[in-house]
Amino acid sequence: MTRSELIEQIAGLQPQLPQKDVELAVKGIIEYLTQALASGNRVEIRGFGSFSLHYRAPRLGRNPRTGTAVQLDERHVPHFKPGKELRDRVNKSL
Amino acid sequence: MTAVTKADLAARLHEELGFNKREARELVEQFFEQIRQALEDNEHVKLSGFGNFETRDKRERPGRNPKTGEVIPVPPRRVVTFKPGQKLKARVETYAGSEQEPSQG
Repeated sequence: MTRSELIEQIAGLQPQLPQKDVELAVKGIIEYLTQALASGNRVEIRGFGSFSLHYRAPRLGRNPRTGTAVQLDERHVPHFKPGKELRDRVNKSL
Repeated sequence: MTAVTKADLAARLHEELGFNKREARELVEQFFEQIRQALEDNEHVKLSGFGNFETRDKRERPGRNPKTGEVIPVPPRRVVTFKPGQKLKARVETYAGSEQEPSQG
């Protein structure tokens, strides 16, 4: 499922809303999730899961092509932990 | 640091984009429910700019009861993984908050 398919699915459940509005809402939700993480906040969606940041320490890496050492700065990477309902529903589909 | 919840997302849809409160709440609920439904149907979900949710099938593996030390097989499972997209990674990479930061020597 792509973002536009997700928009179509939701539009089918909200027949009173023009699809353009649903698109605005989906883009908004994705932007709010991104902003939360970009400002260091966690996102907790009961039954779905939580998004948080994981810290990566600075390290000396290597350019795989040339073998030269490069200093990699510390950084944060997004992390998702599925919630119980999502885990159970996906696992039951096996 | 407080966690962002569905109520916060709905409040922003209402306040910033003008959806009425009921619509805002339903749109947030349906957003996550449709993703859950797709994953339950073993479909991958690709949200460009944010990331991809995928399912992975894990084989049975030997596990242990941590209390008794008894070896018991962990049954095969289907799990969800999330791969953040380039745009999301770029936007969180530079976060320099104090909360998770170890002191650098």
